Amino acid sequence: MSMRSKIYLILPVLIFGVLAVFLYKGLWLNPEELPSPLIGQQAPQFDLPPPRGADAGFKTADLHQGKISLVNAFASWCVPCHAEHPLLMELQRETDIPIYGINVKDKPEDAEAFLTRNGNPYNGVGADLDGRVSIDWGVYKYPESYIVDGDGKVLYRIIGQITRKTIQDIILPMAEKYNGQAAQS
Amino acid sequence: MTLLRILTVLLAAGCLMGITTRSEEFLPDPDQEAKARTIMEDLRCLVCQGQSIANSDADLAHDLRVIVREQVAAGKSPDEVKQYMQARYGDWVLLKPPVKTSTYLLWLGPLVIFIAGGVVLFLSARRLKREGGDSLNTPEAGSGDDIL
Repeated sequence: MSMRSKIYLILPVLIFGVLAVFLYKGLWLNPEELPSPLIGQQAPQFDLPPPRGADAGFKTADLHQGKISLVNAFASWCVPCHAEHPLLMELQRETDIPIYGINVKDKPEDAEAFLTRNGNPYNGVGADLDGRVSIDWGVYKYPESYIVDGDGKVLYRIIGQITRKTIQDIILPMAEKYNGQAAQS
Repeated sequence: MTLLRILTVLLAAGCLMGITTRSEEFLPDPDQEAKARTIMEDLRCLVCQGQSIANSDADLAHDLRVIVREQVAAGKSPDEVKQYMQARYGDWVLLKPPVKTSTYLLWLGPLVIFIAGGVVLFLSARRLKREGGDSLNTPEAGSGDDIL
């Protein structure tokens, strides 16, 4: 058999191998987790009053205080938000990372009931009654959270419920790294 | 009989409710409404990813439709509306991915494979023609004639 026909024999196997590697990798991608165009960009401009049951509202300037912060889009009608809330309370108690909330399309009484029942971990929370601010953030699945640096630049998006693993693996290391660098400079 | 009438009316009402699952304000100008619809067809519903926002009943799709209509009514061009969506939700929101460096493979891949296939086909056909003449020796050709 000539060298050339040997190559022809091996070629389909090679092509199959390359395809198989890509398709195998594709198996582990989560099609529900979309990349955010906001990463590396400044957070959108907004100024929201607090919902009923909270004192402080939430506006863009809150994200320019030199410290890494967590922005959390939530609503009383979002079931995983209820499940996530105790972790936010814990994060607020045990770390000094400021947490800000965007309360999306909730009736005033529902927002109040949610915060009374589950607690208010937010340094500031805005009532986004028509959902426009959450659209500006590109939120499409609730809950959704963003890690923002001290100059209002969006660093990371967490789609869906924050878990203990997310806190340990992503939020705490990012906060430590960023706030450490900020302290040095 | 009366029961049958009542049932008919209920059935008809049910069908109508099916058509308008959610009340939506259409634009008063039919041209603008048609323009808005065309844009909606091109925007992906983020929640139910296989659908456009035009035919999705998701809450977010509804909100985005409202925004599309608002912007069309304000005189924005389809490209401007799509840019607004793209800035918030990324390329993903466009059902037809934009042609740019990272999507060249996606757009040109099929063409490249098609041309490559054509080249291979042409080369092997030419080789077969060249070699085939020699390999098919006379006795074999003769037997073919016998069968026919």
